[in-house]
Amino acid sequence: MSGVLASMIDGLLVGAVYGLAAMGLSLIWGVMDVINLTHGAMIALGMFAMYLLFGALMTNAYVLLLPVMAAGLLLGIVVYWMSVHRVVGRPMLMSLLSTFAVNMMVIGIGTAIWSTSPYNVNFSLPGITIGAYTFTGNHIAAAIGAVVIALALQLFLYHTRTGKAIRAVADNREAAELMGISTTAVLTIAFGIGIALACTSGALVSTLFPFTILSGATYQLKSFVVTILAGLGKPFGALVAGVLLGLLEGVVTPFIAVSWIPLIEFGLFVVVLVAFPQGIFGRATA
Amino acid sequence: MILRRPFFWIILAIAALFLYLPLRSNDVSLREDLILIAIAIILASNLNLMIGYTGYVNFGHIVFYGLGGYIGLYLATVLGWNLVLSALMAGLAVSVCALLFGLLILRLRGAYFALATIGVLQAVQAFVANFDPWGRSTGMYLSFAVYQPLGGAMRALWLTYYLIIAVMALSMILSLAIKNSKFGLGLFAIREDEDAAVVLGVNATVYKAIIYSVSAFLPAVAGALMFYKNGMIDPSIAFEYMLSLEGIVMLMLGGQGAVMGAALGAALYEKLRSFLLTSPTLSNFHLVIAGGLLLLVVLFAPGGLIGWFYRVLPRARKVIE
Repeated sequence: MSGVLASMIDGLLVGAVYGLAAMGLSLIWGVMDVINLTHGAMIALGMFAMYLLFGALMTNAYVLLLPVMAAGLLLGIVVYWMSVHRVVGRPMLMSLLSTFAVNMMVIGIGTAIWSTSPYNVNFSLPGITIGAYTFTGNHIAAAIGAVVIALALQLFLYHTRTGKAIRAVADNREAAELMGISTTAVLTIAFGIGIALACTSGALVSTLFPFTILSGATYQLKSFVVTILAGLGKPFGALVAGVLLGLLEGVVTPFIAVSWIPLIEFGLFVVVLVAFPQGIFGRATA
Repeated sequence: MILRRPFFWIILAIAALFLYLPLRSNDVSLREDLILIAIAIILASNLNLMIGYTGYVNFGHIVFYGLGGYIGLYLATVLGWNLVLSALMAGLAVSVCALLFGLLILRLRGAYFALATIGVLQAVQAFVANFDPWGRSTGMYLSFAVYQPLGGAMRALWLTYYLIIAVMALSMILSLAIKNSKFGLGLFAIREDEDAAVVLGVNATVYKAIIYSVSAFLPAVAGALMFYKNGMIDPSIAFEYMLSLEGIVMLMLGGQGAVMGAALGAALYEKLRSFLLTSPTLSNFHLVIAGGLLLLVVLFAPGGLIGWFYRVLPRARKVIE
């Protein structure tokens, strides 16, 4: 029984990182009505950015989150102008396909450089041992990192001028424009932040598990599930939903093979969509 | 009547050409090239029913093909059914699954549906990779003896080729028939404005579930034939995510919504891909080039090649549908 408990606690810690990954997806979706299908590729790029930086500098991996985040912001702005700006406000089919095209390009380049073999970041913090079970330091640190970033995002969205502008644009783009908000600038920044969050969560995941350039797809599916559970544009909702998903994985992993997990997550995704189309935490708007 | 449409006869002519070219010189390598093109046309045409006609993106279209392959191979080898019967049965089984499943997930609108299809692919793949009767992740292999009732392996390969070309022609005819039917008009209405369509009496949920199921049938039959011809199947080749994505690129490149657009895009893209894959410098980058192509088409020419052609020659719409 305590084995299940330990597995649940571990799932809870990893779940916080799922929540962080989903925040990026949910922010972009809520603000500009674009489902960002580069999300998985950006998570994978975050993993490899961490791998390269750690290989070059060999410092504390958590210090390296800052440059990864900054690079993610810049990358997000580039991707926005490359693929999203022309299709914002057009039928969703268009933005689905255009972000998807960028996803293919990133995965293609990544596969050419790193192939699809697994990599890992060789960094570990001392863990905490309780009885027969050890919780690795990396899991605990990653969960703390995810919570801190979620808190920062919440403060940014609700207590800064730019953050308020982002929420205003999400609510009603025309009205925001009439109030003198430059919507193009706001959309660019929001997309950049969304990608930065995806890259950061990828960097955190890379300290937990081995990864390949294709690993992002798994976390993208988890992000969809979390976003649907949480409703759009709520950092803390995403964090809570992420933790719930992690907890669920923790509960089932001692009993069934890991390869069944995509099936369970997908089942959950459909059930939630059909039963709670607005998300468990209320309205599906930001 | 569909027989009165000139394009119907063009489809038959294309299929006849596919049959005649490799037979003329008994050219096996040409036949293999044409098979790949035919499969691409089958996948793109049926995907067109969802994306082009109904406006719903299906990222997991390859599920039908792979599942059809599995069911067909299982029926043909383990139960010893004959090839045509097991291929048809595979198509029927996959279609029924798609219908039941479609009634559930097609209550989802627009983008939510597109996300669900990504999940369908991963979930089905996870299921098959854990399913014992289908050999889990190692898949299934045919023994050569299977080809005996058809008169040996060589005769069997030619037979599957004819059948695949027939499925290709049927895919295009199906697209043409739906385009010119009342049912097709209902789908177009859903694509343009789903709320308005519902108000005007189109039962959107049922229409969408039916087209989802119809778009599953021929790819599943083609999958059963193709994997029978290849003699083996495993989850990674049956549910090749790349092929699912490339289907979307083909369709957008040729022009979504037009029967000829899907076929043209599929044939061109397949040629481009075989060129890229055999070139030593570009083989690693074929995904990048496909992605770049898709991005350019989506941003600058959403009508694809056929859209450009219609603009240059508006009267061609009547003939090339």
